[in-house]
Amino acid sequence: MAARYAGRIETIPDLDRVKREFLDSVKDFRFTIIVCGGTGCISSHCGDVLTALRKHCTLRGLEEEVRIVESGCLGLCALGPTVLVEPGDTFYVNMTSEKIVQVVDRHIIGGKIQEEYTFFDEPRKKHIPRLTDIPFYHDQVKIVLRNCGSIDCASIEEYISRDGYFGFAKAVKELGRVGTYEELIKSGLRGRGGAGFPTGIKWQSGHDQPGDRKYIVCNGDEGDPGAFMDRSVLEGDPHSIIEGLLIGGYAIGANQGFVYVRAEYPIAVERLQAAIGVAYDRGLLGRNILGTGFDFDLEIRIGAGAFVCGEETALLNSIEGKRGEPRQKPPFPFQSGLYGCPTIINNVETLANVPVIITRGGDWYASYGVGRSRGTKVFALAGDIRYSGIIEVPMGITMGDIVFRIGGGIKDGRQFKAIQSGGPSGGCLTRDHLDVSVDYESLAAMGAIMGSGGLIVMDETTCMVDTARYFMDFVQDESCGHCVPCRIGTKRMLEILQRIVAGKGEEADLDMLETLGNTIKDTAMCGLGQTAPNPVLTTLRYFRDEYEAHVVHKTCPAHVCKGMLVYVIDHEKCRRCGLCARSCPTKAITGGGKEPFAINTEVCSRCGTCIAHCTFGAISIR
Amino acid sequence: MGVGESVVRDDQGLERVRRLAQAKAAEGASLIQVLHAVQNSYGYLPIEVQRIVAEAMHAPLGTVSGVVTFYSFFSTEPSGRHGIRCCLGTACYVCGGVRLVDLLEELLHCKVGHTTADGMFRFEVARCIGACSLAPAIAIDDKVYAKVTTEALPGIISSYYEAEGSAR
Repeated sequence: MAARYAGRIETIPDLDRVKREFLDSVKDFRFTIIVCGGTGCISSHCGDVLTALRKHCTLRGLEEEVRIVESGCLGLCALGPTVLVEPGDTFYVNMTSEKIVQVVDRHIIGGKIQEEYTFFDEPRKKHIPRLTDIPFYHDQVKIVLRNCGSIDCASIEEYISRDGYFGFAKAVKELGRVGTYEELIKSGLRGRGGAGFPTGIKWQSGHDQPGDRKYIVCNGDEGDPGAFMDRSVLEGDPHSIIEGLLIGGYAIGANQGFVYVRAEYPIAVERLQAAIGVAYDRGLLGRNILGTGFDFDLEIRIGAGAFVCGEETALLNSIEGKRGEPRQKPPFPFQSGLYGCPTIINNVETLANVPVIITRGGDWYASYGVGRSRGTKVFALAGDIRYSGIIEVPMGITMGDIVFRIGGGIKDGRQFKAIQSGGPSGGCLTRDHLDVSVDYESLAAMGAIMGSGGLIVMDETTCMVDTARYFMDFVQDESCGHCVPCRIGTKRMLEILQRIVAGKGEEADLDMLETLGNTIKDTAMCGLGQTAPNPVLTTLRYFRDEYEAHVVHKTCPAHVCKGMLVYVIDHEKCRRCGLCARSCPTKAITGGGKEPFAINTEVCSRCGTCIAHCTFGAISIR
Repeated sequence: MGVGESVVRDDQGLERVRRLAQAKAAEGASLIQVLHAVQNSYGYLPIEVQRIVAEAMHAPLGTVSGVVTFYSFFSTEPSGRHGIRCCLGTACYVCGGVRLVDLLEELLHCKVGHTTADGMFRFEVARCIGACSLAPAIAIDDKVYAKVTTEALPGIISSYYEAEGSAR
């Protein structure tokens, strides 16, 4: 473990000293072993691996030679717990306490990489020991995730050793308030929460707004199902968010910041709270930070479970302790936000970009990306994909590269069907869109959105109508009820979709869905309602044949919608053993003796138990 | 639900709630922060507790009640000793989370949104717990179980009963 440096960091030379001392303290270690401590790996019991590793290193007397680090998310959550050994970038996956002991004995002491425990590339049928050679990592550009999975998330010294808090120092000492937001305008950074508003311009508006009391707020209410990028950053690099807020607070003239984190992320809250405590202890939050005369206080506010609170004005109400209902805009938050004061709200990923843009310059950042979408985007890749996890890619990469090169394609030899971007506010795209560039404008043109960065990959066994119903069920349930189009419109859309998946839809329903969807889009009050119909409208546009199969032919091509499945017994294959009839929980199967077995579709609950029990493969779904 | 009874039996608990709410209000905590603290201490937020919070915050009961019922984390029913949240986020949904919900209802003899008769588990569905790479996932209290199968689920549930020394 790195030594802890007592004492406050009160000047920029202090910052330099901490950086130097940290680098000195680690240079004599022969190895650094990084154990991923992201929520994914914690669920896969990385704690046991870490304990075994520490114990074994002590047993072998390696304390002076091996530095053990619990880091934030390394990205490949599906293969956790993961461990990275440096130097050499050797990437061990699916670690256990037994395996890590062998890694220490054979790799660290014996000098030979334990290849059978390293990453296995299934399509190529070979192990790839080096992290940087693995296709999942090869095409990634890590700016937001620069420290995630490579530093000890609890160490402010290690964050400083990576030029952390130097961005804030540069902003105050060299750039000034105007220079700071101008640097961001130059970088082309746009809000990563989904809407894509230019961050520098937003800060400029905050700066120009008169007022003695202003606020800066970090939106960490990552509510889209299937998205976990912000959580990874909060857990893996909490100081980057604190520094981003410091710089933003300085630029707009706010002395108080809030981080709003959803209650579902206990580990993120715990680590951020600890990081804020350390920053106060060391003098990087509070009065007269780094001797600049700038004061800044930061507090966490924990959500209480409401999707709509990701909408910025609803979030402000929630911070004030009220029901999380959105406010009418204008006035915009930069004019009248928290407690009626000018307030700037930025997303977690946006803020994580800020310190490095300030230290390395807006031009450097703008060198990544395409068109009006500069820099990188973090995505959470999940669903029916081989390598799910957290990735960061330059804007302008194609969807196909994300799914097939980075994500390793579809699991279990199935076919790619659709990719859903942007959660309940986004849209479903098809294989025809795989070579479209991933940037704000291109995605919007296809009816989807960049959104916060959740990407759910779906294979041929997914029913798009059922998926649309799933998202509509979600937004309908989460609608705050404040405005009529969202409260009642989503309910009616859901009812129609429920009818369709139950096999009771009509052709006219499809037009009604479209009309309702467009009306809600045009008339709902906040972002939640205005984007709520997107999953339905995009699936109607790109998978209309599937809707038609449901309403015209009353079949579900993917065999998902239970209401339309018909279980049938093939009498050629049936040996009349009666297992199916005995296993049927609803007694829907009759027959026996001379009577052939048959399934009564009125009684059948479509549970699939009979298929599982039939040893002759005589029962199938039609 | 025996709200009235619990009040009679648990005056001490309510007194603790009163002191906690007053202390938090004095610190300048927002209503949501006070409710989080009170729910952590008392377990849930029945109307008596909401009334005490309203008094401490000098707010109308309707405001407190409005906030309690708006957010899914606040519960007006007693919770079980453990909370099960079966994730139905998109990734878990696509990977078969519904099968886990069905099986849990069967195993616990309890519908989503309710507490088991023995007070052991409160069973809820989560919108997304962010363990999408490990889908389908369930969370019991703060512990996340990854890639849960219908075969593994009964064992997970019974491990909690074993830990309490009461076989089902």
